[in-house]
Amino acid sequence: MNNNLKEEIIRTSGVNVLKCMRCGKCSGTCPSYGEMEYHPHQFVYMVEKGEIDKLMDSPSIYKCLSCFACVERCPRGVEPAKIVEAVRLAATRRQGGNHLTAEEIPCIVDDDTPGQLLVSAFRKYKK
Amino acid sequence: MTFSYYPGCTLKTKAKELDGYARRSAEALGITLDELADWQCCGGVYTTAKDEIATKLSSVRALMSAKKEGNALVTLCSACHNVIKQTKHELDTNDDMNLRASNYMGCNAREAADTEVIHYLEMLRDVVGFDKIKEKVVNPLTGRKIAAYYGCLLLRPGKTMQFDNPENPKIIEDFIRAIGATPVIYPMRNECCGGYITVKDAEAAKKNSTAVHESAAGFGADCIITACPLCRYNLIKAESPIPVIYFTELLAEALGVK
Ligand code: SF4
Ligand code: SF4
Repeated sequence: MNNNLKEEIIRTSGVNVLKCMRCGKCSGTCPSYGEMEYHPHQFVYMVEKGEIDKLMDSPSIYKCLSCFACVERCPRGVEPAKIVEAVRLAATRRQGGNHLTAEEIPCIVDDDTPGQLLVSAFRKYKK
Repeated sequence: MTFSYYPGCTLKTKAKELDGYARRSAEALGITLDELADWQCCGGVYTTAKDEIATKLSSVRALMSAKKEGNALVTLCSACHNVIKQTKHELDTNDDMNLRASNYMGCNAREAADTEVIHYLEMLRDVVGFDKIKEKVVNPLTGRKIAAYYGCLLLRPGKTMQFDNPENPKIIEDFIRAIGATPVIYPMRNECCGGYITVKDAEAAKKNSTAVHESAAGFGADCIITACPLCRYNLIKAESPIPVIYFTELLAEALGVK
C-alpha cells in the first residue's frame, strides 16, 4: 500500500473511487478489455486499495484508448478513464518512463499517417 | 454569418480535403469561416488530469482569439473539437484551472475565453438548418447508402460535449437525409476505431477498426463518412471493404461545389 501515490492519483484524477459499486460495466464496455491485464473496474478498486505500483508497472496503462466509453456508461459517474490517465501519467512522468520516443517514429509512419496520430500518441505516451 | 474557424494541424496536411470541401460548402451556404490567425495545435487528445495545465493552453488561446474577434469558434476535426470543448468546460467549472491558466495568460482566462465552440456539423444543424441545406442541394445523392461513423470524440463525454444523444445520435443521419442519401444505422457507429494505439499496437487498432467497418458494410452501407482524420486512417488501414471519406466531401458534392 502506497499512500503517497494513492493520494497523487486521487488528486490528479479528481475521481472518488468510493462511489464505485463494482458492477463491472466499465470493463464490459471497454474496447481494450481483451488487451488488458487489469481492467477499468480493477483500476478503480486497486487505487482504493492503494495498489498503485502494480498498475504503474502494467502494460494495461498503455492500452486505454481514451474513448470515454467507461465514463459515459458508468452508472455511478465514477469516470474510470480518469484513473487510468492519472496512473499512466504517474508512470510516464518518472525518469525514463517514456513509452514512445521520437526515434521510433520513422518506422511507424507511412505516406498517409495523419499528424493527429503522432501528436496524440506523444501526448499519451511521453512526458 | 461569420465564425472564427479552427482547422487544426492535420487539416493543413493529410486531411486537406476535409478542410477544403468544408470551406467551399460553407461559402455556398452563406457562412463565412474566418480562420484564426494564430492558432496552435490542440495536442490531439484531451488530458483529463487536473494538474495538466500547459497542455490545455493552446485551446484556451484559440478561444481567446475567437472571443477577441467577437465570434463563436467553429471546429471541424473531431479531435480538435473534443479537446477545445473539454478544455472550455474545465476552465468554466474548475477554479484551480482558471487560476493557473489566468496566471499564464496574464488575464482572467475564463472571461477572455468565454465564447461558444461549435462543431461544423452543429453549425449545419443549428445555424443553417438541415431544411435549408435540402433546399440548396443541386445534386441529391439519391440511392446512396451512407454509414455515419461518429466514433468517440464528437459524442463523449456526453455531459460535456452536448453534441447529440451519445448512445443514439442522429445528427449525421439527418445530415445524410438532407443531402438526399439514405443513412445506414449500424451497431458500431459510436465505438472506438482504436485511436492512437496504432502507433504502439497496430494489431489492437486493427481489431477495433475492423469491427466498425464490418458492422457498417454488413448493414448494407456503400460508404462510411467521418469527421476525424485518425478514424479514417485507422479504418482504411484495417482494409475497409467500402470507401471511408469525409462528410464534407459529400456535402460539397450535393451542393455542386466539389
Ligand atoms: S461502471 Fe462505474 S460503478 Fe461499475 S465497476 Fe465501473 S467504475 Fe465501478
Ligand atoms: S477510456 Fe480507456 S478504459 Fe475507458 S472504455 Fe475507453 S479504452 Fe477502456
